[in-house]
Amino acid sequence: MTVAATVPPQPASPKLHRLPDGRWHRIEIVFWLLPLAAFFLLPGYLVLGSQILIVALFALSLDLILGYAGIVSLGHAAFFGIGAYTAGLLAVHGWGEPLSGLLLAGAVAAVAGYLVSFLVVRGEDLARLMVTLGIGLLLYEAANKAAFITGGVDGLSGVAMWKLLGVFQFDLGGKVAYLYSLAVLFLLFVLMRRLVNSPFGLSLRGLREGGKRMPAIGAPVRKRQVLIFTIAAGAAGIAGGLLAQTTQFVGLEVLGFPRSAELLIMLVLGGAGRLYGALIGAALFMVAQEVLSGLNPVYWQFWIGMLLVVVVLFARGGIMGAAEALYTSLWRKGK
Amino acid sequence: MKVALRTEGLSKQWGSFKANSDLNIALPVGARHALIGPNGAGKTTFINLLTGVFAPTSGKVYLGEENVTHLPQHQRVKRGMTRTFQINTLFPGLTVLESVVLAVCERRGIAGRWITTVAKQREAVEEAEDLLESLHLLQEADALTRNLPYGKQRLVEIALALATRPKILLLDEPGAGIPSAESAELFGVIARLPGDVTILFIEHDMGLVFRFAERITVLVGGRILTEGTPAEIAADERVKEVYLGEAQLG
Repeated sequence: MTVAATVPPQPASPKLHRLPDGRWHRIEIVFWLLPLAAFFLLPGYLVLGSQILIVALFALSLDLILGYAGIVSLGHAAFFGIGAYTAGLLAVHGWGEPLSGLLLAGAVAAVAGYLVSFLVVRGEDLARLMVTLGIGLLLYEAANKAAFITGGVDGLSGVAMWKLLGVFQFDLGGKVAYLYSLAVLFLLFVLMRRLVNSPFGLSLRGLREGGKRMPAIGAPVRKRQVLIFTIAAGAAGIAGGLLAQTTQFVGLEVLGFPRSAELLIMLVLGGAGRLYGALIGAALFMVAQEVLSGLNPVYWQFWIGMLLVVVVLFARGGIMGAAEALYTSLWRKGK
Repeated sequence: MKVALRTEGLSKQWGSFKANSDLNIALPVGARHALIGPNGAGKTTFINLLTGVFAPTSGKVYLGEENVTHLPQHQRVKRGMTRTFQINTLFPGLTVLESVVLAVCERRGIAGRWITTVAKQREAVEEAEDLLESLHLLQEADALTRNLPYGKQRLVEIALALATRPKILLLDEPGAGIPSAESAELFGVIARLPGDVTILFIEHDMGLVFRFAERITVLVGGRILTEGTPAEIAADERVKEVYLGEAQLG
């Protein structure tokens, strides 16, 4: 008789519960292989691909504050723009090293985010919308007025980048830009994924779900909000810096209200509070914009509007929410 | 006798409306003290003043010897004063276990960690599971809080408060909205708390109040009408008139 046969089957531990454990699922690995496959399979679309990756990073940064911590913002482009101008101006004035430029773009945007956060965390949703909107408009007009620094409506040109890691020259086909954007996006995604699965991430969800309860369990609510707002601003700044470096141009619209509003649409479409929702929403929005504006350059937003209404009304939690609901219902049926 | 919680002339006024007027109360360590009074007497306002949700118009709050009147809510929790809410104030989109783990992590000072995952906070998770087990909530650990029946949600209210390991526990109608049998069970849980935990509770069920409280303060119109043992309160004609009479009628 084997030892295994003599040992009675152990009951499953009654204390084995679901908690964020940070394990990678197979579908996630497949997901991340897709942009890598696109690099080889769609070489003609690498410029659009880079834009999608950059906007996806920008959307991730909004997801941290809106999707996880429940802080609404209509002015997140302010930090994207600060990052873009930081990286752009640095290169224009003779420092074209990409990685340090990107770090500085993130750092400057984070400092700006930290300073703004004290205004944002004071109010409730409507006040936050107005404060962030106001700051976005303020920065846009300031950049417009300071044309001697930013190039104003003509944009900032002459952004000359050095070779990436001293080896890879940014090429016209956008290969280096694409892989650079993908690497930065993936690295920051891994960090954000770690963050949202951590106790800190749980406390952010606590802020979103029970803002009034949090102080009653001893949580320093303002401190946490300031911290995540600063981190999100830094990530948005890195996204902006990436755009400046890979397109070697900074247009005034990086600070514009439409960029903040579109970002919100992407997040709602993809599903807030899930990280992957931000990535999917950004990709869907950018591809839809490309395809629909190709069909009709004037009315493409009509279809985006339609899609938004349908998703909000019929797919709670966006595309990711709908996918989760479908998966759960199929899993239950399978049981 | 060592005092756990004390107020000095605590008052709250909105315009001309005086919600609390000159409230002086002192609870010794380990007290089981009830705060009763008709609706609108200012009981919840008093708890909100104690915990820092509202700033008092005048007066002071002491935890032991420390004046905490100007401390924010979370700092008072860190010093051992925790409350529950009359209306469930939970984390609807978190699971029951996540909610309690979050509260435990806050108490342990590890809720700001971002490098390791929640699941790896083994001690905090085990503590949360033990707490849920003691409240017969472990079966519901993975359920979203919003999907629980109301009575279970009231238990989660208690679980969140207990996860902070309070020295002073303020219970705002813990049995509100649940059948009296469940309410009694809930008070049973509270009764089993360590003897050095000071408890101040608001409750409308006089049966529970008289069974559980060692002393009772009666609040009427934002003022203390009287304070005494359950026997003294039961014998007080004024209390019968303003409160018990109303309850009997009701």
